[in-house]
This record gives sequence, C-alpha cells and structure tokens, in this order.
Amino acid sequence: MDGYVEWDKVDVAKIALPPGDDMGVVSDDDDVNVEEVKMDSGFGSVVVVDNLPKVPKAKHEKLATIGTVAEGGLHMPADADGVTKGFAFVEFLNSQEADAARQQTDGYKLDKAHVFKVSRFDDFAKYDAVPDQYEEPKPKPYVARENTQDYMLDARGRDQYAIRFGDETEIHWNDAQKKEPVEVYKRSFWTESYVQWSPRGNFLATVHRQGVALWGGASWQRYQKFSHNGVQFIEFSPCERYLASGSTHEGGGDTSVVVNFFDTRSGAKLRNFQGPISDFVVHAAGSRGGLTWPVFKWAGPSPEGAFFARMGNNAVSVYSAPDMSLLGKKSIKLEGVIDFCWSPADPILSVFQPERGGGNEPARVALISIPSKKEIRSKNLFSVSDVKMFWQQSGDYFAMKVDRHTKSKKSTYSGFELFRVKEPDCPMEVLELPDKNEKIVAFAWEPKGHRFAVIHGDGARPNVSFYTMIDDASAINKVKLIGTLKNKTANHLFWSPQGKTIVLAGLKTMNGQFEFFNVDEMETMASAEHFMATDVEWDPTGRYVATAVTSVHQMENGFHVWTFNGRQLYKHGRERFYQFLWRPRAPSLLPPEKEAEIAKNLKKYSKKFEELDDSIRSEQDSHLAAEKRAVMDEWKRWKQAKTEMLESEEHRAKIRKIMTARYPNWREGGGEDVVETKVDMEEIIEVVEEPLR
Amino acid sequence: MRPILLKGHERPLTFIKYNRDGDLLFTCAKDHHPTLWYADDGERVGTYVGHNGAVWTCDVTHDSRTLVTGSADTTCKMWDVETGTCYFTHQARSIHWFPYDHFDQPARAVALAQGDEKMCISTDPFMGVPARVHIVNVAANREEQTNEIVASFGDGVEGRINRALWGPLNETILTGGEDGVIRAWDVETGKIKLEARDHKKQIQHLCLSEDKTHFVSASLDKTAKLFDSETLECLKTYVADRPVNAAIISPILDHIVLGGGQDAMAVTTTSSKAGKFDSKIYFKVYEEEIGSIRGHFGPVNALAFNPDGRSFTTGGEDGYSRVHHLDNDYFRIR
Repeated sequence: MDGYVEWDKVDVAKIALPPGDDMGVVSDDDDVNVEEVKMDSGFGSVVVVDNLPKVPKAKHEKLATIGTVAEGGLHMPADADGVTKGFAFVEFLNSQEADAARQQTDGYKLDKAHVFKVSRFDDFAKYDAVPDQYEEPKPKPYVARENTQDYMLDARGRDQYAIRFGDETEIHWNDAQKKEPVEVYKRSFWTESYVQWSPRGNFLATVHRQGVALWGGASWQRYQKFSHNGVQFIEFSPCERYLASGSTHEGGGDTSVVVNFFDTRSGAKLRNFQGPISDFVVHAAGSRGGLTWPVFKWAGPSPEGAFFARMGNNAVSVYSAPDMSLLGKKSIKLEGVIDFCWSPADPILSVFQPERGGGNEPARVALISIPSKKEIRSKNLFSVSDVKMFWQQSGDYFAMKVDRHTKSKKSTYSGFELFRVKEPDCPMEVLELPDKNEKIVAFAWEPKGHRFAVIHGDGARPNVSFYTMIDDASAINKVKLIGTLKNKTANHLFWSPQGKTIVLAGLKTMNGQFEFFNVDEMETMASAEHFMATDVEWDPTGRYVATAVTSVHQMENGFHVWTFNGRQLYKHGRERFYQFLWRPRAPSLLPPEKEAEIAKNLKKYSKKFEELDDSIRSEQDSHLAAEKRAVMDEWKRWKQAKTEMLESEEHRAKIRKIMTARYPNWREGGGEDVVETKVDMEEIIEVVEEPLR
Repeated sequence: MRPILLKGHERPLTFIKYNRDGDLLFTCAKDHHPTLWYADDGERVGTYVGHNGAVWTCDVTHDSRTLVTGSADTTCKMWDVETGTCYFTHQARSIHWFPYDHFDQPARAVALAQGDEKMCISTDPFMGVPARVHIVNVAANREEQTNEIVASFGDGVEGRINRALWGPLNETILTGGEDGVIRAWDVETGKIKLEARDHKKQIQHLCLSEDKTHFVSASLDKTAKLFDSETLECLKTYVADRPVNAAIISPILDHIVLGGGQDAMAVTTTSSKAGKFDSKIYFKVYEEEIGSIRGHFGPVNALAFNPDGRSFTTGGEDGYSRVHHLDNDYFRIR
C-alpha cells in the first residue's frame, strides 16, 4: 500500500542511514560528550577515610564515634586479630553530601599522627587506571577543510540566507534575477532550538541540547562541535575566533548560570564561568533586574585583541581572549553601574551609572577605552530616570536617549546626548526635539554614515525626523535637522547596511506597513505591505530586504523578499516559520580608495552585470514557456484519450440507456425536444367596480 | 461586474446547486430552509419548509422537477421544486430492515445518479454507527416512491463522508470525507474499487467535471487536487494558503475556483483580510493562480458554477450567497 510500511516485512537490522550522513542523530560511537557522559558506578556517595588510627577491636566503639557524618553506612575493615586497618568506608545519602563531607573533613587533624585523607571511592578506580608509562599522544592526522568562504565565490554575487520552519532548516541563494530562491542545502531536525550565522558568515551554528555545532563549506560538513549541556544562548566574538555559550539550570530551588568560552578553531573550552544566578544579576538600585543574555558582551574587533565584558555589582569586569583572564587582574570600579555597551567597531566601553545617594550624586555616563581603561569622556546627568545607548555601526558616533523626569517626578521627557567619539576630545552636544514631551518610539544610526533617524510622537501616526552630524554650512560640526516626515505608520527603523536607504516599518500593532525611503533625496521610493510582518532584515549588501511573519502569529507565516527600492521579488509561505537569517559576508578586501573608485565609475561596471541579468531573464522566460508547453501537451494527450472514449459508440449507447430510462425524450447533446404546448390563458388582473356618478 | 448578494439565510451556507438549465439556484444552510432563487437576477423564489435541522446538501433532477435534500435532522426529503411541497421523507426507522436498512443518523450528502433512477445518501457516524452510503430508488411516479434501501456500503471509512458523487456511467460512487481518503465504490458489489490517499486532511468537497472524466477535491490540508475519475490518479494539485472548503471546475474554460478560509472557530481572532475569505481562480492545467474575488467576511463553504460557465455562486459562513457574473475581461484571460 502506498504510504504504509508493512512492518512485519521490514528487516530492521538491514536499515542503515546513508553513508556519511547521520541525519542529525547522534550515534553511540560518535564521541560527543565523552567527558560529560559519566557512568554512575553506584559508589558516588561513598568516601574512603584513610589514616585512621589502627585500634584493636576493644576500642572500636570509640573510633566509630569519630564518623559522626556517617549515615548508617560506616564500614571499617578489620584484620583477623580484630585490629582495624586504619581506614573506613563511609556512605552518604547522595554524592553531593559525600562531596561536601570530603571537602570538610579532608586534612582534618585527629591528632598529630592521624591526619585524615578523605577521597571519593570512585577516584581509586580512576587513578588506578592511569598507566605507569607515559605515552605520547599521537597527533591527529591532518584533514583538509573545505573552504568555508566558498559562498563568496558565487559568480553572480548572490547572497545566501537560512530559514527555519517546522522541523526544517534550509539554506537558499537569493536569486533576484530569477525571482525565486535556489536551494543550497536543507536538513530536517538540524537543530533543537535555533540556528545562527557566525559574524563573518563562515559558519552556521546549530544549537542542540548537548551543545553547539558549527557547519560550513560547500558540502555543509560539521566543522566543530562544543559540548555544553542545556545551552540556551550563544554569542560569537566579532572575529569569529571565540564562541560564548550560556545556559541556566534549575535545580535544588536555586538557579545556576553556566557560561563557557570556546575556541572555534580547536574546539577547546577556554574558560568556564559558573555560579548561582545571583552572581550574574546586578542588584544596584534602578537596575533592570533579571538575567539578560548576553551576560558577557564582546567588544568590537581591534588589533589589541579580543575583549569581552560582564557587569557586576558596582563594577564592570573586562576579560581578554585567548587567555580569558581579567584584564589587568582588576575589574573597573563603577559605583551602581546598571548598563554597559561596546562600540561595534572599537574596544570602547560605554557605561551608565544612575543617580545614587537618593539623588545627591548625579547619574553618569562614561566612555572607557580598553585595554588602557582610560576614560575618554564622561558626562554627569541630572534628574535622569533612564538612559538608552546607541552606537553607530562604524563607531564614529555614540548617542544616548535620556529620559528625564520633572521635579515632581510625575512626567518624563526625552532628549539625546550625542558624542563624536573619533574627533579629538570627543565633543558632545545635546539634542532636544522641538516638542520634548513627545514620546521617542525608535532611534537608529545610519551604518557607515553620519545621519540618524528618530520616530517621535504619540498616537498611531508618529513623525519621523532625520538629522545629520555634519553641518556643511557652519565652521564647527553641529547636529542639523534634515527633514521631518509627518504622520507615518512606523514604529521601527531599518537602515540599509550601506546607508542612504531606510525602511520605515510599522510592525506589530501597525500590521506590517512599509515605506522604502531614500534619505539622500528625501523621497519615498515605494510603500508596501506585508500583513502582520514581525521581522525585517536587510541583506549584507543592502540590495534586498526580507520581511517575515514568524510563528508568533498563527496565520500567514512566511517571508517576502523585496529590492531595496520596495519592489517585491517573491514571497513564500511556510507553516510554523521561525527564523530568516541572511548570511553575513566576509569583510571586503578592497581598500576604501578602490571602493570609491568603483562607485565613481559605476556605469562602466554595471553594464556587464546588466547584460548578465538580461541573459538570465530571457533564458528563464524561454525555459518557463517550454515547461508550460510541456504541461499543456501532457494535459491535451490525457484529454484526447478521454474524448475518444467518450465519443465511442459503446459509451454513447450506455449514456443513452441511462438517460432514456427515465426521460424517453432525451437527446444527446442536450437538444432535448422541448414539447411546446400552447396554452391560452386569460388572467384577470384586477376587477374594480366603480359606481357611476 | 458587481456580485448579487443573496440575503436569505440566517446561518452559514452549506451547499449551493444550480439546476441543469442554469436558471434556478438552490442554496442550503444551517438554518432549516433550503431556498430557491432565480440564478440570473438573484430574486428569491421561495423556501422549502419542513426540515428540523441543518441542511447539508441537495440535488436536483435532470428535469428540474424534483429536489432532494439531506439534513442533520436524520431525514432526506424529496420536494416538488415548483410548489415547494415535500412529497416524500426518507426517515429513520420507517425504513424496513435490510442489512443496513434504516438510518437514524444525520444525512450528510445526497446525490442523484445520472438519469435520476437512483440516488445515494451518506449518513454521519452517530451513536456508534459508522458512516455509510445508502442507495435508494427514485420512482418515476411520485406516489410509488418507497424508502427501500437497495444497497448500502461503507466498510473501512473513518469519520464522516462529506461528499458522495456518482461516477461515470453510474458504475461507481466517489466519496471523500474526514479520513482524507477518496474512494471509488463499485455500485454492483459495494466493495472499494480504488482509493486515493493524496490528501493529508479531511476532504470537504468533490466536484465532477461536465463530462465526468475528472473531478476536483477540496481539503483542509490547504490544497485542492484534480483526479481522473476512473483511475483516481491525482493529476494536478492547487496549493492555496488557506484550508479549502470547496472547489469547482468551470464547464467551459480550463479554470478551477477554490473557496475556503481560516477555520470558522478562529475567525474572530483576526481581521477579515487575514482570514483569506476570497475565492481564487486557478488555471486547471498550469496549477497557477489567475486571480481572486473578495467579498465574504467568513470562510467560503460552498461554490457552484452555472452550467453555462458565465457565472458562479459562493456561499459563506457569514450567511450570504454571492452570485458573480463573470465579465468579458475574465473570458479574455489566456
């Protein structure tokens, strides 16, 4: 039967997975978690106490009283004479208790001659198994890796993206000329929670229950795996060399946090941070509370090394990779710090300390350069209720949205503090919107640029303003308003990675309205709608935009792909749609001068590509037409066979028999002879008697 | 052209049928009164009063004189189309005992055989009795109508049988229902002749082509499929982005119309735009969408093409029927 497996005829032993593919099923001989999987020997709760006094049987009673930690599982072997052998086995209820007892009693001095040596029972077997002869570990044979940047070699410069829906994870080329995705690779049950690209696009990280795996190269082989049981969150360093993985574990009424740092090339675990959740949460007044991933944040790439930082109580701890040690062996002391942020381009840290001492000490924001830990700039702020920090992508500018409260603390109003980080002395200025009581809905810097956009206003149709940090008209650079767009249905801003173009998006309550806006010309290129869209993502080149409805909504799950100017290329519906991720590109190898030269002579270069596009399109058109013709021909053949059957005398006779049985006047082809009978009818419509006057 | 809105029912529409000449339109709804309309201008002619439950389907004879209806009140009634009087009721227990000779289960689908000598009635599973298809004779002389069941079959069916149709030359009966399987039953032996398990979810509607060589099925798995009615080979698949409640074949062009929408239970949670309550027209051969017609504010439950192919009617969960007269632009589509 189709679709049914007759299990009694299946030889289960003969079923094998295709060679070289484990379908994501971890087999027993795979060496995943060799360290983690420990067989429970059953002796985990037993410790051995050595160096006990050797006493004859008569004194046993006395010795037994020492073992007060024992829980009815004390056993002291004695020789034939009844003299104890000088050690005892003590069994506890569980291994945790045994560990605690071992820690507490190991090295305990009973008297001068008897210092307790307490060991776990299991350790005896472990150390016994160590061979006496040192054996040099054999170096692993060199295995050539596939080029993980092969996707950058695409002749037509297409971009890849990963989508995850249902149990499937798929990787596609975005083929704009053909207006359809081209499948690269797909796999069911590839991950148990989610996938993530590495920042330079070399790897796809899949997150599993047991840990994280990295995949890459043309055949999507597993490149590396990191074991971390119950991993929930991963974060790559911008240079891709390191991976942080974090998880929380419930247990025994207390939640503990585990963060591991791995080397992505060797797979080695470099450092492990572990502790109860209270160690990872900041308790200072005004803190946002709770555990927020990432606990450790990576600094922007820098020649000095890779840094990452974590906020503690009244301090920020900066660590440096690969030795993973605390930078300068000391945390940076910052009274009451509740928020910190790295510049995406440089190792510069911005920190925020709220008001302290009941308002006597002002709130403070500082920019700290790493590794020198020198404060580049700091600023005291008064009557501040909250601060949000925004770094510009290339680290040139830094903005803070400052929510201040009035003296009565009844209402708040917002303003911006803008820092020019790269200019000497890091000048700062304050920007207040014309109506400072307006709510700030969103703020976004232009990546690789000097402009920013703000959505401000209350109600369903706020305004969008654009500002520039460069004022050509004045001698000193001042922030200047470029223009304001009134009454836009937008609550999110998405700049193109190349700048210049921005998507004003009305997500969530605004039902997925989009406006593709050119900021250079200050004109709307297109307006579009993707009903109920939840996510917007620009491709790394700034040529295409994807909008998606993920499974937070029940209906309409799927994604649309648009050009930068708002022309829809294609749309795909997918049930239970979870993720849409463009694959990041490796950093450009061209020096800025060369890039500028290409931009200047764009016409010359673009001609070649236009011809290519045209040829692809025409080829596809003819291909499609041929396909359609083939489908039609097949249908016609089928139809022809049916028609012959229908018109056969035999078939017609059968129909005639069926129909004439009840309707003797039936004629083929519907020409039933209608029996027309003429009936003369006289209808009296109304008779009214009117009296004659 | 502006659709004609037929406001006659108080409850969701369940079924729509044109007579052979295409001048009369019968609509069934969950209210108890099947209604007759003039197909051309949408004028209401009258209602057929007598049922005590939702009316699920109807069929009309070749000569447009007799209407048969199947209802959840466990009866199947035969009406005089012109006067609206019910002249016979196939009713539970009144039918004498044959292997499965009486039904007191809700009647779900009724269909007249080609030539109107027989008709089939499908009954819902009820009180532990599984769904079955019964065949009864249709007497030429109305006084001689009996309720004798000449044949009855349904072994192997799980859940309801939502639609039953007479296959080519009345040799088979095609059924589709909750188990998602399309079956062709041999009328002579009552055995399953062929099965098609192409749909993943329940089948809501089946509709034969004019020449009965192929039929289209509508399923909640968000597809409609075209089958060869003799081999049950799946010829085409029309992928929609909503559960499909009804699908029909244009009698004159190679087009398919699908109707459906979000499940009625979940409708109130989203706007009418998200519910996908429009009817979609597809190329029958290319499986490509041509266009869509909006209007209903609930899922489309029923669809029927006028036999002349120049208009079709949609019936919605919202209780309205809409007669769409297709304009000349439509006929120019290639």
